[in-house]
Amino acid sequence: MKGQGDAMRDTAPEEGYVTADGRKIGGVAMEMRNITLRFGGVVAIKDISFDIRWGEIRAIIGPNGAGKSSMLNVISGFYHPQEGDVIFKGYKRPKMRPYQVARMGIARTFQNIALFEGMSVLDNIMTGRLHHMKANLFQQALWWGRAQREEDENREQVEKIIDFLEIQHIRKTPVARLPYGLKKRVELARALAAEPSILLLDEPMAGMNVEEKEDMSRFILDVNDEFGTTTVLIEHDMGVVMDLSDRVVVMDYGKKIGDGTPDEVRTNEEVIKAYLGVAHE
Amino acid sequence: MPDTLLFAMEATLNGLTAGVMYALVALGFVLIFKASGIFNFAQGVMALFAALTLVGFQSGQIPFSHLINAMFGTRLHHFGWNMPTLLAIPATVLVMILLAVLVERFILKHLVNQEPIILFMATIGLAYFLEGVGDIMWGAEVKALDVGLPKGMSGAVDDVTFAWFGYGFYIDRLEIWAAGIAALLVAALTVFSQYTKQGRALRAVADDHQAALSVGISLRFIWVLTWSIAGIVALVAGIMWGSKSGVQFSLSLIALKALPVLILGGFTSIPGAIIGGLIIGVGEKLFDFFMSPIIGGATENWFAYMLALVFLLFRPQGLFGERIIERV
Repeated sequence: MKGQGDAMRDTAPEEGYVTADGRKIGGVAMEMRNITLRFGGVVAIKDISFDIRWGEIRAIIGPNGAGKSSMLNVISGFYHPQEGDVIFKGYKRPKMRPYQVARMGIARTFQNIALFEGMSVLDNIMTGRLHHMKANLFQQALWWGRAQREEDENREQVEKIIDFLEIQHIRKTPVARLPYGLKKRVELARALAAEPSILLLDEPMAGMNVEEKEDMSRFILDVNDEFGTTTVLIEHDMGVVMDLSDRVVVMDYGKKIGDGTPDEVRTNEEVIKAYLGVAHE
Repeated sequence: MPDTLLFAMEATLNGLTAGVMYALVALGFVLIFKASGIFNFAQGVMALFAALTLVGFQSGQIPFSHLINAMFGTRLHHFGWNMPTLLAIPATVLVMILLAVLVERFILKHLVNQEPIILFMATIGLAYFLEGVGDIMWGAEVKALDVGLPKGMSGAVDDVTFAWFGYGFYIDRLEIWAAGIAALLVAALTVFSQYTKQGRALRAVADDHQAALSVGISLRFIWVLTWSIAGIVALVAGIMWGSKSGVQFSLSLIALKALPVLILGGFTSIPGAIIGGLIIGVGEKLFDFFMSPIIGGATENWFAYMLALVFLLFRPQGLFGERIIERV
């Protein structure tokens, strides 16, 4: 298993490359090294290694219960693996709380949308910028000097994202009143507001109709194109994943069974087995 | 103007000022409930503890002196100096912040993701613990608290009302001050929660823990912050009530009066706490004024709770509380 993973890691050249559609993919941003995660006796992730490159869209796919969300939670610091290391920007990351990981520039969305329901769309997105604000309490309370400048800058950045994701019309609406598809988009906006170096999307298209899926795919591609955001996404819908991503990790029962470009993964026998089902001997 | 109307007007004014005092206590509850969904049973005791500490500092009392004397046979009581009020209040604020840190460190941290009822039980424990600590630390006797706020009948109100109606209203100057301070407090809290980074983080934590973590908010920091603010609000309430009726252990029972205020105003609304307090205050005084001659006295003891019961029947979320919607 390990040997296979190491071999797979070299599918992309070390020093980065340019994709067919002209996007620049850089060196390794984050590396997951021999990650094992257990919940009591249940092994959710078994000795998985893969890397994420700057600027790429990296997908993690697999059937239900394969451990995809657990993997995302390891990256975002919500879970701590018993074995293995997360290497970020070339350094081994110590055990961190989720908010510390977020402050390092790793933003995420959730499978079951986690928005601040009582706040307006604008306020929700503004929370994404909390750790970009440095003014102290006193300056803020008096709306003075640095505080005012910061608020203006942050508002500008947020408005840019609102325009980009085409949610101007719901700017002041309380989130609780929005339909599901728009909530997903607001959550993406909040994650983007943090100007993340890595963006984690947990099933961004779950529960959407075809039209909404198309919109969301377009946004994910545009975000990557426009801001060069490194994106890691989990998705069930094979078609969507294959169209979107540069490289794909395939998981099944907590193990990695494939890793490579969409074309490579599509022809991988183990992947076909896991997805289409082959009689177990 | 008929006398009854004048008396009723005076009762209403008194009710308004009394209501402000209730609102001050209710405010502390709302803050913690909003940020963490915990009904903090210890809020009343925190007000008592803050007032005890303030008096202790002011009079230069040695904390735990009874305990130290009992253990080592010494005869310690006072440091022999008095701390000026302007110094004693910041010192007490520091103690309340320390208390917030300890509460987070020893209680909340270990109860993350527990049911609200478990956290509620923990605050009952905290209430009894804090009452005991206050007793051992500063002694159980009733103490007078004087922070230099004016007391007694307000001459201005008396003069003006006498000139208008030929009958001077009796309003305690302390209660007028309390109303002013409460207004300042609410304004400060509103500015804090709406316009500062920490305030926005606080509202975020109140709404969704997981989402708050994902945007880089430290839950522990926010909890310490919330409990510190609640501690400071408790200090303000403690000062007001302590100045009015002395610092005594029955002070912790005013927390019970805050309960109907909260039911009226809604557990999650700061303006609700104020309006709720005013309604209870005025309602109590007017009901007492009109009904006492008919059904006998002491209606103030139960009127607030009866009003709360009626509210629970018709508007369980309170006047300003967030509507509880369960989606199926």
